[in-house]
This record gives sequence, structure tokens and C-alpha cells, in this order.
Amino acid sequence: MIFLEGVTKVYNEGLENEIRAVRELALEIEGDKTTVLQGPSGSGKTTLLTLIGCLARPTSGRIGIEGEVVSGLPERFMTEVRRKTFGFVFQRLNLIRGLTAIENVMLPAYPLGLDHGRLHERATDLLDMLDIPNRAGTKIEHLSGGEAQRVAIARALVNDPRIVIADEPTANLDSSLTKQFLRIIERLREERRTVLLASHDPRICGADIVDRVVTMEDGTISEGGVVEGSV
Amino acid sequence: MRCWIERQRYLIDFTFSSLMRRRARNLMLFAVYALVVFLLGSVMLFSHAIRQEAALLLAGAPEVMVQRLVMGRHDLVPASYLETLKRFRGVQEAEGRLWGYLFDPASDANYTLMVPSARDREHRLEAGETIIGQGVASARGVDVGETLLLRSPAGEFLKLDVNDLLSSDSQIVSADLILLSEADFRRFFRLPDGVFTDLALRVSNPREINTIIEKAARTMLDARFITRRDVLSTYESVFSWREGLLLALLGTSIMAFAIFAFDKASGLSSDERREIGILKAIGWETRDVMAMKLWEGALVSLSAFVVGFLLAYAHVFLFSAGLLDPVLKGWAVIFPRFTLVPRIDGLQIATLAFFTIVPYTAATMVPIWRAATTDPDMVMR
Amino acid sequence: MIFHTPIMAMLLASGLSSATIVWAAGFGIRVLRHWDIESGSARQLAMERRTHLVSTALVWMMVLELASLLLFVFNADRMSVMFAGSMCAVGTLNANPFGFPALMMKTAVFFGATLWLLVHRVDLKGRDYPLTRPKYGLLIAMAPLALAAAGLQLTYFLGLHADVITSCCSRLFTAEAGSIEAELAAIDPGPALLLLFGGLAVVLGLAILTRRFERAVAVYALAAALFFVADIAATVSAISPYVYEHPHHHCPFCILKPEFSHVGYVIYLPLIAGTAFGLAAGLLPQRPPPASMKTELPRIARRYVAISAGLFAASALVALVAIARSGLVLL
Repeated sequence: MIFLEGVTKVYNEGLENEIRAVRELALEIEGDKTTVLQGPSGSGKTTLLTLIGCLARPTSGRIGIEGEVVSGLPERFMTEVRRKTFGFVFQRLNLIRGLTAIENVMLPAYPLGLDHGRLHERATDLLDMLDIPNRAGTKIEHLSGGEAQRVAIARALVNDPRIVIADEPTANLDSSLTKQFLRIIERLREERRTVLLASHDPRICGADIVDRVVTMEDGTISEGGVVEGSV
Repeated sequence: MRCWIERQRYLIDFTFSSLMRRRARNLMLFAVYALVVFLLGSVMLFSHAIRQEAALLLAGAPEVMVQRLVMGRHDLVPASYLETLKRFRGVQEAEGRLWGYLFDPASDANYTLMVPSARDREHRLEAGETIIGQGVASARGVDVGETLLLRSPAGEFLKLDVNDLLSSDSQIVSADLILLSEADFRRFFRLPDGVFTDLALRVSNPREINTIIEKAARTMLDARFITRRDVLSTYESVFSWREGLLLALLGTSIMAFAIFAFDKASGLSSDERREIGILKAIGWETRDVMAMKLWEGALVSLSAFVVGFLLAYAHVFLFSAGLLDPVLKGWAVIFPRFTLVPRIDGLQIATLAFFTIVPYTAATMVPIWRAATTDPDMVMR
Repeated sequence: MIFHTPIMAMLLASGLSSATIVWAAGFGIRVLRHWDIESGSARQLAMERRTHLVSTALVWMMVLELASLLLFVFNADRMSVMFAGSMCAVGTLNANPFGFPALMMKTAVFFGATLWLLVHRVDLKGRDYPLTRPKYGLLIAMAPLALAAAGLQLTYFLGLHADVITSCCSRLFTAEAGSIEAELAAIDPGPALLLLFGGLAVVLGLAILTRRFERAVAVYALAAALFFVADIAATVSAISPYVYEHPHHHCPFCILKPEFSHVGYVIYLPLIAGTAFGLAAGLLPQRPPPASMKTELPRIARRYVAISAGLFAASALVALVAIARSGLVLL
């Protein structure tokens, strides 16, 4: 499904504050499964998600997604792959303030130029599915944390992605909201979507919906860091 | 194609809401933009209208005017010149013209007194009658049917009945005009019979004008010949030049505006930068973001242009360009008040757009690009 | 006479577009030397990012050049009152020797910018940007052209004086004058129309051939360029007199005027666009063909050829209608 070979990502290349966030990393991620990346902060989890999610190009190495090598693609086509394949739930949610919930959900589909009525319908269905139907017209800044996260999830799903990526999704959630989040992940799994989470939250790493846990350290997979099933 | 249109619709939609969300900042930009359009637009509309007035004035003028020079100065022309001129082949008609200026202390203005041409049936006048321009009418507070009293340079008074007012399709030409009969004119200025201010020639074939002038100049050594073309191109170049000079000076304001626009466009708040990062992360391409930003520029430009242009229009044609006329008109101080007749043309609008929209776009393009190439992975950090 | 408002506007525009293209050509040189789409190096990423700015700037420049070209002709027409002996744009352009060369250069630059954008559009479709190098080669070639256009225009405007007595279309485009313009006017309308419609037939025939033989595209591009010249010649010698209904009025500018219902735009714009599409089609086929667009590239080339041929036909059709509706009989 997803493979990485010898992937290295260097930030601030050639400068004094050069950082090797990911180094010589090799990994394979199976489709239709839920995989969790865990590890201390600074271990490269987020950078790895960035590379897999086509948000940035690796400095060297190859990344393939669904049989296609994406690491050498120009930005334009990386964006295309990203838009078609991935849905993102960011740690800081990154919803746009001043817009309503449904506008935020529809945003990723704007450049596709879909029919407005159908897009609106699809966004409404997603908000329904995530149990926040009556908040569609509410501005983001008036939503509670849990509601906002569900809007972010709806936004991630609007282009019907095969792979959903979430970075520290439960960092700011209490346990009941965390449970709710896990139920959503379970549903995504039932819909045969691949889910990739980065988290050091034991409530996530230990959840039974997790198929695989990958532990990272210093920008690479630590020794024996791949465990099948939850930990 | 439909998809492309839908995409642009979404982008405009988003742009509009984004403009609204940063209302204060954009209003500021809009105000400055509109002000620049207003300033430049006023200069252009005004000088264009004046040039058109001059052209209109000349359109009715004869092909050739003949003046007599004495010691290099314009002098009265004896009627004998008329006979000489009429003998040249190609001269269709020669006519003596009578006109002069009068400074009127009562209204503190200069009037042009003129005897209408014999061919001008519409303005035929008997002794004691007059037709006056709108400017004179309002300066002196007289209307049709009332009496206009003029004091001659010799101190005598002339009483004239106002028959009619001149139509106003060219006010600058007619505003200060007082038409009167030949008898009244000669009496008023104590002008003997048989002399004229200058002569007007009509030529049957305009291509022969130069030949006729050459021939005539050889026999009439003290005459000066002025063709309509000469006058028109002098007017054209004088006014164009003044307008251009003023615009060149205003160039500094365009410069300042461009710098202002550049500054506004590059000073993205961290909020805005983040917003662009988000858009890119969730699947917008660089060119989508650029298109969105260019739409933003287009919306601001278009609205500021329309508003600025309308204001300039009102300023020039409804309020007689109060801010500009000392500069561009020059003689206006001693002229009676007049309003310009509205005239706009495509070339003017296109030129104005060149001077405002082009510098704006040029100044904002690099900042827009910088913003649009924000790395999408910034939202993960 | 550079303090004339529209002239200042055009100088501003040409200054900006020259600066743009020189800068873009500088970037083009870097691209030719260092472009490597496979690499993820900081330099390559920065270059790819910069291409967005270059292409946007060139779109903008093309719009500016088109507007400035129209303004140039328009303004020349408007200014004709200022020059003794001139009745329309021709007289103004002829007021000094730089007028017509400036106009031609400006047209060439507009052509170039359109051509570049057509190639650019295709380039973006291939995953490895297969046309990047030829595209920037073209850009570098365009830079001196743009500078020459700006220079000629400036020289022309600086040398424009209101006291000049110029000669206008009635004198310039008459058979006896002995200049290129006159040579064009002197072509008999029969051969000229034969050239136009015969040329069109050849062009359409080549367009059909390109559907079968890939090589024919290059020939078509050449034919498109030649057809452009032929069409202009035919316009001067035959179509204009038909439009004016006057056998000796050959001016190619007066047909832009409202008196002749702006028919000139409907003849020239499709002609220019058709030529640009035709030339762009000629630039597309690459040797060896890029893997990413092996079938796509010839397909687009054929489509460009089709569009080009269609535009040529449209332009010629308008000319034909103008001839049919004219009260003048030349043949």
C-alpha cells in the first residue's frame, strides 16, 4: 500500500541549524489497516506523516503509494495525489476561523470545481454521520473542541480519501471524547480506509482497533519497533 | 470548461469571504486605491474634455485664417485684402471677421465680443440685439428678454436686448461669448468701416490649402496664414503635454501607491499565512492559491477603479474640476464659470487602467507568489 | 512627445514587460543548467516554486502586451489629427521611421508570449514537465525581441514631433510609391485572393495530413507562419479595398475603425491566434518522445493544429463575407 525506502528528510539544508528529521527510513504500511506511530516528541513522527501525506518531498529516498512512486513528483502532481488519496486531521485542527463548519468541510473540494449542490449535499451527509448536523451553519470559533474536531474529520473525508492521517488527534480531548474519536476510527476502518495515526497517547496505542504500532526514535524506526496489534 | 468555471466560482466565493473577514485592512487599501484612480482620472477626464472643447471650437472654424501683421503684431485687416484673396483659384469664399475682447469690471471677467458670420442664419442679429453664452448670462444675471448693458473701452454704454442664449454643447467655447450686430460692434469699439479683425477663407479642395497659401503669401507679404490643422495640433500638443507633465508628477503618487500595495500584500499576518498553509495542506495547489489571490486583487482593483472613476467623473463634470482647473486651464482665472460637457472614451479608460491596475498588479505579484508558495507542511509543525 | 498620456502608459507597460522578461530569461538560464525534476534538493524545489511566479508573470505580460498593442494602434489613430498629412494610424506610424518596425516587433512579442503560454499549458500536463527546457529556451529567445520592441517604441515616441508632415495610407499603400507597403498594394487582387484561399486550402490539407503523419506537424507550423504573411498581403491588396468599397484604398488599419464595423479585429485576431496555435503545435513534438506524454503530446499537437486551422478558416470566412457584401467588383 505504502512503502518507504531509504527516506531522508533534511530541513534547513546547508545552514547552521540543519536538522535531519528523518534518516534512511524504510517502512511498509499495509492497506485497510490502522497503524499508529509512537515515539517521543522530536522522534520524527510528524515529519514522517508529512512525507507520506505528500505534504513535502523527501530530500532523498523513494516513497510509493498504491504502486506509484510519488517522491519525485513536482508539487502540482503531489498535490493531486494528496487531494485524491489523503485526508488529514491535524493536531491543531487548522480549521479556518470566520467560515462556517460546512464551508470548512467543503474547502478541500473547491479546486476540483464540483457541482455546488452535490458538494454541499456530501458535506451535509458527513456532518450527519459525525453527529453534528445542526452545527453546519455555525462559525468555527463558536464550536466546542469536540465539535471542531469532528468538523476537521468531516473535512478530511470530503474528497473520499483512501488513507486518513491524523497527528496527535487526542492530545486535547478528555476520555469520553477520545472514546468517541476511536469509534469514528473504527467506522473508517469498517469502510476499508487505511488509517495512520501519530500519537503517544496510551489510550490510542492500546486501543483494540489498532492493527499495528510502529515506534520511532531519532528519525528512524527503533529496533524491534514494529509490533502487530495494539500494545 | 464547466469545471473550470465552477472552480473559479468557488475561488471567488472564498476570496470574497476572505476579503470580508479582513474588512478593515482591505477598506484601507480600497480607499487609497480609489483615491489614486480619482486623482489620475480627474486629470485625464478634465484635459480630455478641454481638448475636445478646443477641437469642437475649431471644427466650426474656417480652413484658413488670415491675419495682418504690423511690426510682427496682429493688426486690423483692410477690406482690400478680401478682394485680393478672392482672386486666387481654389478659394471658395473669403469673409472678414469681427471679434475682440472686453474686460468687464462689473463681473471681473473677460468676454469675447463677436459678430456672427453672414452665413450663420441661426444667429442673425439686428442692431441692439444680442445672443450671449451661459457664462455671461450667469455672471451678469441676465436672461432672455432682458437687457445687457456693456461699457465700452471709451466709456460709452451700449444697451443690448438678449435674444437668446447659446446652446451648451461646448461651454468653454461659448460661455464667454457675446454676439452682436456689425453696426453695434463698430460703434462700440469705434472701428472704422472697411477693416476687419481677421479674414476667414473657405477652400473648395482641402488638398490645395498649402498651394493656395504659398501663392497668396508671395503676393501678400504682411499676411499671416493660419490653417485649422495648425491650430488643432498646437492645442493637442499643448494640452496633451500639460496633462502628461501633470501625470508625470503624479507618477510619484503612483509609485507611492505601488509601494503601499506591495507592503500591504507582503505584510501577511501570521494568521493569513497559516490560512494559506491550511488550504495547501488540504489539497489546494499553488496556482489555486495564486488564482484566489489574483481574484482578490481583481475584485479590489475593479471596485476601486469604478468608484474612483465615478468620483473623478463627478468631480470634473458636476463640480467643474475645482481641484484642477488652475493648473490645467491656465487662463481660467479671468474666464467666466463654465461646466465641461461630459465626454469619456475607451482610450481614456484604458489609459487610466494602465496607470493604476498595472502598477498595482506588478507590485503585488511577487508578494502573492511568496504567500502562495508557503510550504503546506508548515501546518504540521 | 512622451508626455502624451497614452504614450506614457505604453512606455510604462513596455518597461514592465521588458523587466519581466529579462528577469525571466535569467531564471531560464538557471533552469537550462540545473533543472533536474528527479531531485529533491533545495535548489530544485526553489526553482520549481519559482516557475509559478514566472508563468503568472508571463500570463500577465501577455495580457499587457495585447492591451498595449491595441492601445498602440488605437492611439496612433487618435493622434493622427496632430500630424499634417495623416488621416489614420498609418500616418502617425509613418511620422518617423521607427513606427512600423515598433508595431511589428510588438506584434512579434505578443506572438511570442502567446506561444510560450501554449507550450507552458502542455508542459504542465506531463508528470515530469517534459517541455521545461524547450520552454525556457523559447523564453530566452524572446527576451531580445521584447527589448528590441521596447527600444523601438521608445525611439519612435521620442522622435515624434507634431510639426512633421507625414504621408498617410492613401499615399503609402498606393502602387506607385515603391516601398514594401506599396509592393503589397500593387499585387493584383486576383493573385492575392488566390494566395489567400489557395493558402487556406494548403493549410487545411496539411492539417488533415497531421492526423495521419506525426511529422506533418512541423510542416504545418511552417505553413502557418507563411499563411500569416499571405493573409496580411491579401488583406492589404484585396480585402481592404473590398471593405472600403474603394479600389485604391489599401490601408490595413482603417478596417479596424467603427465606420467599417470593426471588421479588422474579426480578421486579425483569429489570424494571430491561429498562427500562435500553429507554431506552438510545431514546438510540441520532442525527440525522443517523453515517457510521461508519449501519446498525449502528439494528440495535443494535433488538437492545436485543428484549432489553428479552424481559426484560419474563420478569419478567411470573415474576409469572404466582407468581399461578398461589398459593392465593389475587382475581379
